[in-house]
Amino acid sequence: MEKLFEKDTLATAEAWRKEGREVALATVVETWGSAPRPVGSHLVIDGEGNFEGSVSGGCVEGAVVGEALEVIGAHQAKMLEFGVADETAWRVGLSCGGKIRVFVEPVE
Amino acid sequence: MDAAILSGLNAERAARRAAILVTDTIDGHTRLVKKAEAAHDPLAEELARRFRSGRSGMLEDGRTFLTVSVPPAWLVMIGAVHISQALAPMARMAGLDATIIDPRTAFATPERFPDVELIAEWPEEVLKTRPLDAYTALAALTHDPKIDDVPLTAALEAGSFYVGALGSRKTHAGRIERLSGAGVGADALKRIHAPIGLDIGAASPAEIAVAVLAELIAALRKAPAGESGAA
Repeated sequence: MEKLFEKDTLATAEAWRKEGREVALATVVETWGSAPRPVGSHLVIDGEGNFEGSVSGGCVEGAVVGEALEVIGAHQAKMLEFGVADETAWRVGLSCGGKIRVFVEPVE
Repeated sequence: MDAAILSGLNAERAARRAAILVTDTIDGHTRLVKKAEAAHDPLAEELARRFRSGRSGMLEDGRTFLTVSVPPAWLVMIGAVHISQALAPMARMAGLDATIIDPRTAFATPERFPDVELIAEWPEEVLKTRPLDAYTALAALTHDPKIDDVPLTAALEAGSFYVGALGSRKTHAGRIERLSGAGVGADALKRIHAPIGLDIGAASPAEIAVAVLAELIAALRKAPAGESGAA
């Protein structure tokens, strides 16, 4: 029977790591307003910029991937914030007007 | 996060066991708390609530994030009957995995159950390879002790979060007598919801399915007596 689950991002993160890829994991840790993805949603990114999963349904993935590459390079976790109030800071926003915080950490 | 912690979490998930990642978002330190070890954790009370709600989230300190991983709830219906024809699609709509087990091949036909996992075997055989667990709800719906009693007992032993059995109070009295005679303890027997379903005056199979689904969601989401503050 086909299950209704989303693709297993955490399993992908582990598999990529075992292949020897550099990996960062992004997690939605807080949301305000009508954020598109719930708290706990994951995006996994490798050192080449490949990614799987979703933290915003497409709105800010590009920016998160960019930050993730820095996180991988610096071996240092980082908190990101996206939303209408932060357009000048990030130049990307959530079309729905919500606000999210995303924690990005290296897996190593 | 240490790659070994990620592997540890994935191993718990694959085994249908609950676990929580505790991440300090300031210093990046992460630890894995398996459910079996959670009672002795400094965050035990918070973790217990999270295991029940299944919700990830930031603690009030604004820096500790909990990634909560609980297995998807799995509804096992014993009996390919009218109620399960209605209950299976409702359960899937509510986000549950659903399986129907009935050894009577005349009942368990794919035509009657197009969109749900259907197993036409004896429950005791199925449960050997697909054991029930704490995140399972069992609904015994056949009225036939030869089919219902074994999985009922198995669900009680596994600590399944919901155990319900169809049948009148009189039928249930007979069931209690049988299971008690077979060595099931009195406290365990009290956990059986019977007659099955919330008392909403349900009459048709679909209405009974609503009553059962509501009762099992309450068992899944509401804190037991004495515990408050669950999300």
